[in-house]
Amino acid sequence: MIELKRLYKSFEDKDVLQDINTMFENGKTNLIIGQSGSGKTVLMKCIVGLFDPTSGKVLYDGRDFVRMTKRERTQLRREMGMIFQGAALFDSMSVLENVMFPLDMFSDQSYKERRRRAEYCLDRVNLLDAVDKFPGEISGGMQKRVAIARAISLNPRYLFCDEPNSGLDPKTSLVIDELIHSITQEFQTTTIINTHDMNSVMGIGEHILYIYKGHAEWEGTKDEVVNSDNKRLNDFIFASDLFRKVKEVEIAELH
Amino acid sequence: MFIKRFLTSFGRYVELMGRTFQRPESWRMFGRQYVKEMAQLGTDSIGIVLLISFFIGAVICIQIKLNIQSAWMPLWVSGYVTREIMLLEFSSSIMCLILSGKVGSNIASELGTMRTTQQIDALEIMGVNSASFLILPKILGLVTMIPLLVIFSTVSGVIGAYTTAWIGHIITASDLTAGMQHDFVPWFFWMGAIKSLFFAFIIASVSSFFGYTVEGGSIDVGKASTNAVVSSSMLILFSDLFLTNLLS
Repeated sequence: MIELKRLYKSFEDKDVLQDINTMFENGKTNLIIGQSGSGKTVLMKCIVGLFDPTSGKVLYDGRDFVRMTKRERTQLRREMGMIFQGAALFDSMSVLENVMFPLDMFSDQSYKERRRRAEYCLDRVNLLDAVDKFPGEISGGMQKRVAIARAISLNPRYLFCDEPNSGLDPKTSLVIDELIHSITQEFQTTTIINTHDMNSVMGIGEHILYIYKGHAEWEGTKDEVVNSDNKRLNDFIFASDLFRKVKEVEIAELH
Repeated sequence: MFIKRFLTSFGRYVELMGRTFQRPESWRMFGRQYVKEMAQLGTDSIGIVLLISFFIGAVICIQIKLNIQSAWMPLWVSGYVTREIMLLEFSSSIMCLILSGKVGSNIASELGTMRTTQQIDALEIMGVNSASFLILPKILGLVTMIPLLVIFSTVSGVIGAYTTAWIGHIITASDLTAGMQHDFVPWFFWMGAIKSLFFAFIIASVSSFFGYTVEGGSIDVGKASTNAVVSSSMLILFSDLFLTNLLS
């Protein structure tokens, strides 16, 4: 479980995050949504420690990440897995080497055991036939799946995904969403996904945090999001014709 | 303004070097990276070092023989001057200036691209000291390989001079040999090798600094690459002045 308490972040005079208070439970897919420039990427970076918050607490199962020593932070980071927007695979390494990388760095297992674990993770994302390929030789969707395999190779307790569906077609996005959701349930990780993909919101949003101009505007589940009367949230969610029509149908069914 | 910017950059450079020279998290991965960097930065540069040194050695020999040598100079002077220039300046300083272009831009663009594509962030999230993991093997790899490149360069320059003598018939091989062997001071070799170690550190660390601290996109990676080459070249020239004075 990750808890944020009175989290603020400013860059020089500009307040980017203001008084964020929320809780991300384990075994659930927690989504952070918001318009571009709303501060959700900064929030994610504050949670994972790429930015230090101006004030407030980031509690990982009660452990305050902000006040940890460098060594404690490094230890905690080994319990994290992250999937970046552009996958962030290491270009010079093959798919298998990318997935083995965290194991090579931090595991005392033999080469055979590390390779077996990496192959299991690649099998989990249906990429066992691409072990010898390089990131430049595979599609964007496959790169994301390799990133997922790499992120879970050390059995992380916390999984972070920064816009995992960015640049992917709807069908591949669905595959990625379902993969992240099933991994979250299987390994009971605390998963936080930063997205503005409404299909993800409606599909796997078990806990949704809507950020508007740097503050937490709304919180709820995917079922609550459709019926919310928060105008800003509705403007954001139902900006697309498709979702507006879905809402109209749901309201008509209710009456 | 310029002084403030320089001091800020220098402070960030020192801070980065502080993070770089830390115990690697995994010696196994460090060893792998170290060997890879020796091959990429050193072995892959052997070709260009041999080629440039060969022609420079040949040209120095021709220039001295045809344009400098006069009747009152001994016949061995061309070989002697060729050897001394190759040993004292070309194979250490000028070769490192050339390598700062090839190796420096390679390092800066590689790290800059890793930064802009979030590969460095990915390392940090995993709990890896990205500076130590990426930069330390580059510095140690180039420092290890540079004395070998200096030796290759000197030998190639001498071969170039002999080839001129053999093909161009402008100097006899015996005169050239007499010059090459005349008043040889072994310390000159060590002086070149010692200087090259400092230059290798400058090339690898300065280029890594510019690449690692890139902010933005591909244009900024290009700028960082140019800045890395210009800055490391300038630093090599300044430190050459200082080191030559100190070691002579």
